[in-house]
Formats: sequence, C-alpha cells, structure tokens
Amino acid sequence: MLITAAVIALLPLALPNNYYYDVAIRIGMNAAMVVGLNLLIGYAGQISLGHAGFVGLGGYASAILTSRYGWPPVAAMLLAMACVGAIAFLVARPILRLRGHYLAMATLGLGIIIYMVLVNESSLTGGNDGMQVPPFTLFGATLANERAWYWATGAVLLVAIWVANNIVDSPLGRALRALHGSEVAAQVAGVDTTRYKVRVFVVSAVFASVVGSMMAHYVGFITPQVSGFFHSIELVTMVVVGGMASTYGAVVGAAILTMLPQVLSRFEGYEMIAFGAILMLTMIFLPRGLLPTIAARWRRS
Amino acid sequence: MLSQALQFFFSGLTSGAIYALAAIGFTIIYNSSGVINFAQGEFIMVGGVVAVMLTDAGVPLPLAIAIAVAVAGIVGLLLEKLAIEPAGNAEVVTLIIITIGASIFIQGVVQVVFGKGQRALPPFTGDKPILFGSASLLPQSLWMIGTGALIVLMLAWFFGRTRLGKAVLATAHNRLAAQLVGINTRHVLAVSFVLSALVGGVAGVVSAPITLTSYDTGIMVGLKGFVAATLGGLGSGAGAVVGGLILGLMEALVAGYVSSAYKDAVPFVLIILILFFMPRGLFGERVTERV
Repeated sequence: MLITAAVIALLPLALPNNYYYDVAIRIGMNAAMVVGLNLLIGYAGQISLGHAGFVGLGGYASAILTSRYGWPPVAAMLLAMACVGAIAFLVARPILRLRGHYLAMATLGLGIIIYMVLVNESSLTGGNDGMQVPPFTLFGATLANERAWYWATGAVLLVAIWVANNIVDSPLGRALRALHGSEVAAQVAGVDTTRYKVRVFVVSAVFASVVGSMMAHYVGFITPQVSGFFHSIELVTMVVVGGMASTYGAVVGAAILTMLPQVLSRFEGYEMIAFGAILMLTMIFLPRGLLPTIAARWRRS
Repeated sequence: MLSQALQFFFSGLTSGAIYALAAIGFTIIYNSSGVINFAQGEFIMVGGVVAVMLTDAGVPLPLAIAIAVAVAGIVGLLLEKLAIEPAGNAEVVTLIIITIGASIFIQGVVQVVFGKGQRALPPFTGDKPILFGSASLLPQSLWMIGTGALIVLMLAWFFGRTRLGKAVLATAHNRLAAQLVGINTRHVLAVSFVLSALVGGVAGVVSAPITLTSYDTGIMVGLKGFVAATLGGLGSGAGAVVGGLILGLMEALVAGYVSSAYKDAVPFVLIILILFFMPRGLFGERVTERV
C-alpha cells in the first residue's frame, strides 16, 4: 500500500510530457477497475466475460445525466454507482448459481445485451457514434488537465486497493477463498456461498461503474465499444496476466495491457497479430500470471 | 400472413443451419478436451475468406471451396498443436484466454492478407429465388440447409460407425479409461480440432455468398454458436443442432415481428433466461459432481 502510494507520488518526476501522463492515467483507471474484478475472478474464482457492460452502464449513466439533464458530475457518478450496484445485485443471484462455462456464457450474454442496448437506444446514447461528455467538476473546480486527472486517478486507485485489501482480509475474503477452493466444502463449513458471491459481484460491478464514469469524463467522449465483448476480454486478461488472487498482480496486469497497444501501434497493421500472440504465449508459459510466477521463483532461489 | 410466416421460417432455418454447424464445432472440441474454443468462429471466417480470395484469383469455385475447407482444417490442427497442447492442464480461464488470443491472432493475419473490406462469394447455383406462394427462398439457402443436414448425417456416421469416431467418443467419456484400452488420446485431441475446423470451414464457405465475409465476421457467429451449444446443453451433439435451429428461428421471428435492431440480442437474452431456469441447458445431463 505504502509502496503504491510512493510510486504514485514519485512517478510524475519520470513523466516527461502529457502523453506519458495520459498513459499513466489510463493505467491507473484500468488498475482500479481490475483490482475490483480480481476480487471476483482471482479470489472467488467466478469468471465474468461481461464486466465491460458495467463499465459502459456507469459511463453512460454519467454521460447522460450530466449532458442531457444537467446533473453535477459527482451526483451522476454516485447515482450510476447505485444503479449499477442494484442491477448487479438483481442479476447476480441467478447468474452466480451457474458454474464454469455456463457462468462464462451467461456473463458474456449480459455484457453483449448491455452493449446492444447502448447501440440501439440512440435517442439517449447517440448510438454507434457515441456522445460527448462534459468535463468533471467538483465544488466549482474543473479537472482540466492531465496533471489534475493524474492525482485524482491516483487517489481513486489507492482507495480501490485499500478497499480490496480490507475485503481480502475480512471474513468475506476468507469466505471467498474458501469457496474458490471448494464451494461444497465451504457450504458444509457453514459459509453462505451464494450471499458472498453476490456481494463480491456487486462490489466489482460498482468498481467498474466508478471507473466507467471517470473515463467518460476524462476522455470527454463515450462510445458503446467501452462495453463491448473485446473490452470485457481485455479486463479479464489484465487479471490473469498480472496474476490471479493478487491485488498488486492486477495492477501490474493493468499496466502491461494498457501500455501494450501503445507499444504495438508502431507495428502498424500487425497490432492484432502481435497482441494475439502475446496473449497466447503469456498464458501458455505463465499460466499463473506474471507476479505469482516471479514470486515463486524468488522464493526458490 | 401465412406466406410472411413462411418467409421468416426460411430465413430462420438458413441462419439456424450455420449456428448449428458452429455449435457442433464447439461440441466436438468441448467433448474431447473440455475446452470452449472461442476461435471457433474464426474457422468459419477463414473458410469464407479463403474461398473468396481464391475465386477472385480465378480458381474455379469447386476447387476454391475444397482448398478453403482444407485451410480451415490446417488452422485447427495448428491451433491444437501450437496453443492448446503446450498449455497442458491449465485452468478454464487460462484456456479461454488462449483461444481468444488465437482468435485475435487469426483475425490479425487475415486482416493483413485479405484487407479490411467485406466481400462476397458468388452463389453456387445462381441467385434466382425459388417462389413458394409469395415467400421466396434463395438457392444458396438451400445449399446452406442441405449442407448442414448432410454434415450432421456424416458426423453421426463418423461417431457411430468408425473406429476413430468411437475413439473420440470414448475419450470424451473418460480419458483415463480410454488411455487404458489403448486409445492415443493426444491423437484424438488433434482429430477433434481438425474435424471441428473442417465443419467450421464448410459452414463458412456455404454461408459466404449470403452473409458476406471479412476478417471480423467470425466473432458474432462464433458467440452465437456458443449460445446454441449451451442452449442444447454443452456436449450434446443433438442438442447443438436443435439449439442452432431454435436460435435461427427465434432470431428471424423477432426480427420479423418485433424489432430488427435487437435481432442480434435475441440469442443472448434467450440463453440467459434458459440458464436461469435450466442451469445445464435444454438437453444437458444432470450430473452429480464428485467432491
């Protein structure tokens, strides 16, 4: 925690211009979201292939409330959190009864349905063309430049890590790890597995919603792609590449997968080939993820 | 009124045939390896794209089709040998990401070779619609439905009557027991990937004249194939066919009577509702998990 805070505080010394600030901000936002998703996938062992749906809902709720109804951004963001949390709560119980590939199918379907609603309800969302989002203001002050956004994102990331660490060390965290090991054994030991799964699903959805809102305001524009299947996959990949059930692994995964497209953009036309190859190779050779593999090697030597 | 319903039935059957073939591809691989292959749609895309490229280069259609299907089969073999086999006994999430990585990789290659545009294959036997009252059916639709039915019959024969087919089934049932009676299960894995890719390639070639083809057409067909396979109950061959046809028909009915904008959402709404009430699909076996 302290190390992360120190890194966030010292990083600006190494960031030469706004382009690097931009990359750092995107990394921070993705990291905050993936830390939440890691609670669900890494700790509880429940896959979600539709998490970008919640990002889209959060982002669009903020965008629509602020630009069409003149709400203050903070209020819009809070309402978005509440709504996404409520939606996640409603669907969580029936969906999380499913296991393995059936769970993957249902969450994937959920994400795609959200995506299609965002595309088709164009009178509200602007359809495929997307919509403009006004800048983020708080008590009359506007987050105007990359520097301001950098500190805001850093703060949100720290809060996200703090919340996640607390959950992991709480009875909820122990219950999640127990049900990851064996759901039946956890039930036999008296853990109400459904309730805990629902709770962590809602928490991770709210994380996604917050970041969705922030990203919409930061970029100033939002399109349905933010809730698309590919984005969901990217999020899951961040969790798995960094290392499952490791909060800092999630941060590392978010950093790598956010920077990768920037690096690959030099190979014009070949980005997809490179991205697909890297995805496959990482999963084949480091199936446990980067951080846990390095940690294991460290301990051995 | 009636002819309109007939029209929807035709279009539902046509797309249902492709979903069924995609679902069969998922089922074959799932049964032999437990992997959900998210690159299944790319087999279909590769079949269509290669056929278009060859006919554009002047290769006669039948030869182009044969080569396209063979290329899809080779892609399947490479996927198994280079990505799935080295991963060994990885977790479900890991395997899902590997196949998605493969899917992106294949799309990337096709994008470089074929370009980003959409192209169509010429119809096999003209494009003069056959009239049934005031409902019409394209000859290519007949090709799609007929080929789908033929493939289902051939697969039934393969799994029921041939030694290799039975070996695949035995491995699906219990890998260890299959190894004990002398079946080379690693070989079976490769066979199932090639078989599934060939089925996908055929689906891609017969559908390319109607649906058009480009590097990114595989994703949606693949996902819908996954829905169809889940709808029927993962691992059930008959379930995959029925699931595919139900999907196609439901889609056509919703597009015709309710809203064509939400046509693509139909499969996903349907599967979520069904899984809420039947967590193992329509024909999935009720299994008791050993703990």
